[in-house]
Amino acid sequence: MDNNLMEIIGGAIAIGGSIFLLLGSIGLIRMPDVYNRIQAGTKASTLGTMLSLLGLFFIFPGWFGKFMVLIIFVLITNPVSSHILARAAYFIKVPLTKITKVDKWKEHQEIDESRRAHLRKVKINKEGE
Amino acid sequence: MVNIMLTIAVSITLLSIVVSMVRFIKGPSSADRIVAFDVISVSSVALIAFIAALTNRIIYMDVALVYGILGFLGVIVVARYLERGL
Amino acid sequence: MFIAIAIVLGVASLIGGYIAIHHEKLPVAIIASGLVSLFASVIFLLLAAPDVAMTEAAIGSGLTTLIFFYVLNKIRQRND
Repeated sequence: MDNNLMEIIGGAIAIGGSIFLLLGSIGLIRMPDVYNRIQAGTKASTLGTMLSLLGLFFIFPGWFGKFMVLIIFVLITNPVSSHILARAAYFIKVPLTKITKVDKWKEHQEIDESRRAHLRKVKINKEGE
Repeated sequence: MVNIMLTIAVSITLLSIVVSMVRFIKGPSSADRIVAFDVISVSSVALIAFIAALTNRIIYMDVALVYGILGFLGVIVVARYLERGL
Repeated sequence: MFIAIAIVLGVASLIGGYIAIHHEKLPVAIIASGLVSLFASVIFLLLAAPDVAMTEAAIGSGLTTLIFFYVLNKIRQRND
């Protein structure tokens, strides 16, 4: 009885995880931009895979070690790969979408440029004195 | 009962792989295609785990582990290539 | 059940092979060939051959993609 209940709970969690995978790939189609696609796809697929493995762990409690290794591996490596992908996409100048409001890196570069120009001016004034 | 639930989960995961394949076909830039590759490889880890549970063999989980490592490696290599480094 | 999974993955790998042959950008073609290799690994797993699946995933998807991108990087540096 108890074993049966655990199996049904595990199956429900596994179905929930696969629904998260499906939602992630639907977001991959519908989003307008590379960066939005990276965010939707990678985050949802990480949660979906972890939930699927957790549900299978409820069904097969004897396979504890391999599920734990896989869950920790996915949890570590998937955000790293999404970050390095977004960085590469920004530096090869994949265009942002039209409705993007905030671009912190560009603002940062502009502030840096203006500060450098200001420092140069101050230095020239000091040499002039 | 559990077999039916796992079959439903396998079907939804396969549908997710097919839907990501659409983005792989029509993605305008290379970065879109690499994102689709990443999502497909992570979904395939879940698919292999489901197949291992359906056939009740623990050795298939090793394939899932190798799969996860190699998908990560492929994405890193392609991203470093696009960033003019490697 | 497993036959349905194999049919869907086989059709997906056919599409990947078509992209790998007929696309004009070279990196996209290499990524598509890696994708074909990943699908082939799952199909080998469905045929109850986990060792062949592991070898296919390691060599076809990992090593081949790595060597192709290494050589492309060398060619690009030589041309610049």
